[in-house]
Amino acid sequence: MPNFSTNEFKSGLKVMLDGEPCSILENEFVKPGKGQAFNRVKLRNLKSGRVWERTFKSGDSLEGADVMDVELEYSYTDGEFWYFMDPSTYEQYSADRDAVGDTGKWLKEQERYEITLYNGSPLAVTPPNFIGLEITETDPGLKGDTAQGGSKPATLSTGAVVRVPLFITEGESIRVDTRTGEYVSRASKN
Amino acid sequence: MSEWRPSASLEALNARAELLQHLRVFFAARGVLEVETPQISSTTVTDPAIDALCVANASPQAPQRFLQTSPEYHMKRLIAAGVGDIFQVARAFRQGESGRRHNPEFSLLEWYRLGWDHAALMREVGELIGEVLGRTGWQIWPYAALFQRVLGIDPLRDQIDEARLEALAASRVGDVPGGLDGDGLLDLLMSHCVEPTLRDAGIVFVTDFPPSQSALSRLISVQGSTVAARFECYVDGIEVANGYWEQSDADALRTRFAADNAVRRQRGLVERMPDERLLAAQGPGLPDCAGVALGVDRLLALQLGVDTLSEVISFDWSRA
Repeated sequence: MPNFSTNEFKSGLKVMLDGEPCSILENEFVKPGKGQAFNRVKLRNLKSGRVWERTFKSGDSLEGADVMDVELEYSYTDGEFWYFMDPSTYEQYSADRDAVGDTGKWLKEQERYEITLYNGSPLAVTPPNFIGLEITETDPGLKGDTAQGGSKPATLSTGAVVRVPLFITEGESIRVDTRTGEYVSRASKN
Repeated sequence: MSEWRPSASLEALNARAELLQHLRVFFAARGVLEVETPQISSTTVTDPAIDALCVANASPQAPQRFLQTSPEYHMKRLIAAGVGDIFQVARAFRQGESGRRHNPEFSLLEWYRLGWDHAALMREVGELIGEVLGRTGWQIWPYAALFQRVLGIDPLRDQIDEARLEALAASRVGDVPGGLDGDGLLDLLMSHCVEPTLRDAGIVFVTDFPPSQSALSRLISVQGSTVAARFECYVDGIEVANGYWEQSDADALRTRFAADNAVRRQRGLVERMPDERLLAAQGPGLPDCAGVALGVDRLLALQLGVDTLSEVISFDWSRA
């Protein structure tokens, strides 16, 4: 991989730091009136998700990380790995529990996910912002209670539990915002 | 394609025109002559922290030239020729200096006052900035006193070696980039720990720098310590101006250039030829003077209360 100098650092650039792949979030150039210039850089460690703040001398460089984002279709899990497929080449990728992380509760077959590949293997799985899922379990709603805007828990086909309005019933499909885990609307059947 | 649009608002462009007018009126009233000097020169500065932009050879016979990193050398040659007090609003260029408060091409207001020292010039800088920003009063902090207040060390007096500075930087900054010398560590502490404390302090002059950071200023003795007779002016923690009681002695200047080139060699940077025309002009001794360079874009950003220079530059580096 090529090296990148501090003046090439920009948001989204993937670099290696302390042996870990990172994505640059912010790069601030600071320089006293005369003298040594520095770059104060915020990076997200792509493995742990943790944000690091580091200071570099301007002109220092970091090795680029072999990281790329691809869109893959979720196939199935055997309990140990989660399998994704490239819909154009049919190539399969297996993601471990660390890579899937919290996204596990939003995994639906044939749905497309953004997979971050590091040296060719999945490092992180990001769900689409909105996803349609079927309700497998919820208490029956009470008629006439809709005006108060009350809510109740509902378990979805993926195992995720979200709060839904009282008029939503078991077997219905709903649209959920995966970033907040909140109910958005009834999903249109198709 | 919206990148054809200016990065500055029309309001900012109007304010810039007014500011330039204001500067000219200020100096005309004080009898300071406006000058223009070349932007492209056959030599450039030796300062290891400044990277000049090169102008490629027009032909194999034509040697490479440099976009000026400041108009200082040409203006000093004018002073040596007897022009008197002068000012200039010049474009300056520094490779790689890009960020919220930096643009590789920027506007510098530089001026020189004959027979003045840095203390007298600080007053004039304070008056000009106060006028433009509608503020009154300023503070003057010796470098050592400021470090003492913020970090509890006096880098001029105490037995401060690199190991101690590095330990201090590690405890105050966290991670310290490798390969910093003593001045590099002081710069790190200055930009990461000291400057942030100036954010609520209005107009602040930091003066009496360590001798190793004298750049082109003369060394003087203040209360038993040798210090560099220069100042930096901060407004709300943002550095806007850098001034010197100028080094008039050509031999001291030549030594400075050689020391800079030694650092360049050590860091693996290209060496820069000393500017022989400047050295010749200063041969008989530059008339006693003080000079300062002020960032016009930053002053305008402060006046308009905006956070980035691109908001006051018609087309910033990314759109130029």
